[in-house]
Amino acid sequence: MTRPLLQSLSLCLSLAVGALAPLPSHAQAAGKAGEEVVLGLSQDRVAITADFDGSEILIFGAVKRETPIPEGPSLQVIVAVSGPQSPVTVRRKAKRLGIWVNTDSVLVDSAPSFYAIATSAPFSEVISDTEDLRYRVSIARAIRSVGAAMNIQGAQDFADAVVRIREDRGLYSLRENTVAVDQQTLFRTAIEMPSDLTEGHYTARILLTRDGKVVSKFETDIDVRKVGLERFLYAMSREKPFLYGLMSLAIAIAAGWGASAAFRLLRNG
Amino acid sequence: MLRSNLFMQVYLPIAEVSVNAFLLLGLGGIVGILSGMFGVGGGFLMTPLLFFIGIPPVVAVATEANQIVASSFSGVLAHFRRRTVDIKMGMVLQVGGLIGAAVGVVVFNYLKSLGQVDLLVTLCYVVFLGVVGTLMFIESLNAIFKSKRAGGALPPRRQRGWVHALPFKMRFRTSGLYISVIPPILVGVAVGILAAIMGVGGGFIMVPAMIYILGMPTKVVVGTSLFQIILVTAFTTMLHATTNYTVDIVLAVLLLVGGVVGAQIGTRIGVYLKAEQLRILLALMVMVVCAKLGLDLLLMPSELYSLGAAGGH
Repeated sequence: MTRPLLQSLSLCLSLAVGALAPLPSHAQAAGKAGEEVVLGLSQDRVAITADFDGSEILIFGAVKRETPIPEGPSLQVIVAVSGPQSPVTVRRKAKRLGIWVNTDSVLVDSAPSFYAIATSAPFSEVISDTEDLRYRVSIARAIRSVGAAMNIQGAQDFADAVVRIREDRGLYSLRENTVAVDQQTLFRTAIEMPSDLTEGHYTARILLTRDGKVVSKFETDIDVRKVGLERFLYAMSREKPFLYGLMSLAIAIAAGWGASAAFRLLRNG
Repeated sequence: MLRSNLFMQVYLPIAEVSVNAFLLLGLGGIVGILSGMFGVGGGFLMTPLLFFIGIPPVVAVATEANQIVASSFSGVLAHFRRRTVDIKMGMVLQVGGLIGAAVGVVVFNYLKSLGQVDLLVTLCYVVFLGVVGTLMFIESLNAIFKSKRAGGALPPRRQRGWVHALPFKMRFRTSGLYISVIPPILVGVAVGILAAIMGVGGGFIMVPAMIYILGMPTKVVVGTSLFQIILVTAFTTMLHATTNYTVDIVLAVLLLVGGVVGAQIGTRIGVYLKAEQLRILLALMVMVVCAKLGLDLLLMPSELYSLGAAGGH
């Protein structure tokens, strides 16, 4: 699986610098400067194999522009990789009859299973609050709980709990100053993905900002999938649960019988 | 892979967590040694241990049922060769067991949708481990004192009471019993419910129930219990696999490889210890697990919030 990273990096960069790279379909020429992202990924798919132990995706690229580098505040880069969104039930424990039990629960409409942000400077300097609200960049804004039952006091506490718990598990992270920007043109960063990854379509967003304003935006997909045996077993457990159950039993019985027979041989022999 | 995988992390396809393979083999081995020493399935120890290492409880319970099938099958073969399995009694217990397992899975799934399944599982553990551990501790202490005074414990007396007054009597030749089928069925139901909710074989409840309630001779109790446990846990595995999709075969295989090897070692260690000593060690172990789980309920947890998928699955 190890890709010749340096090779593909230099290849992509030479393409980008040579301005010969095909125009990316998602790129939006938002700013007046007409700056666009040309992106490279060390891998656009993450394969969850049986020995999957987390992964590191190298995200690198160049800023393509027709005009000279604009004057004023320098270019900043935000890279945000997001896992598939899904609703989450958040439960809170309280003491009842002397023991701690789940009492209140709030449905958070949509939270990404994974969310990692890397920025080229402290977050508050890279993007203004209004732009953050518009593009939903920060971890807190990536979680949507608009429809959450407001009758429970402190619904925000439940959304905060999602962030806290997933940060502890390494699923959510904000790493400031980890995007290296060179000559306001080349940038690169590495996004760490933990071993407890769920599969689905991940998206990598790259935002270029100047003075806290987004000047360009680029989005690409990263496919995270179980492969091989993992894929086979997972698919079978969902699609043919009866057969999967029988297979589990058959393996268990064969193993039990095999162990008994093997140790009998050892004892007799 | 960018990182080398020297420490054998294994990604479990159903649990969707990555764990160390040697940790699982080791856990399987240790629980296997204990189960070999004490003649219990070890499910009541393994399931809480799986909770502690971060396996989601629903996966731990379902997968442990599958693993118990393997370890019980390995054990029951030896008992079949010694003809110490009362198949007829096993089948009657089985009828109750299947009803119980079905009820247990329904209760389990209902509470899962309410978000209370962890509480139910933990409460079941605390109550049953507490009761069984304490009774076993007292009983084995008594046995040790008696054997010191009298030089040998008296065999337990057969109960003759309400069990023999019930209708629908049936003859169980291997056990030498002529009793009503109602008590065995009720025992089966109780153990079936426990098997489904707690992810255990239920041997630690079944064995005392067979001796003290049904009055079966001790020599056929373990074999018959194992025989019955195989069918109930196989049924539970199928129910969990088809309704919750939570049986993780990779996890099960790693645990059972460690478990069957450990069990053989444990059986050999067990030979060097006296029955009362074994029982008192087992009782202490049961009470420690119970205390740990009980404290988790009583002490304020460090994280009050927990996340679950929406829609109850």
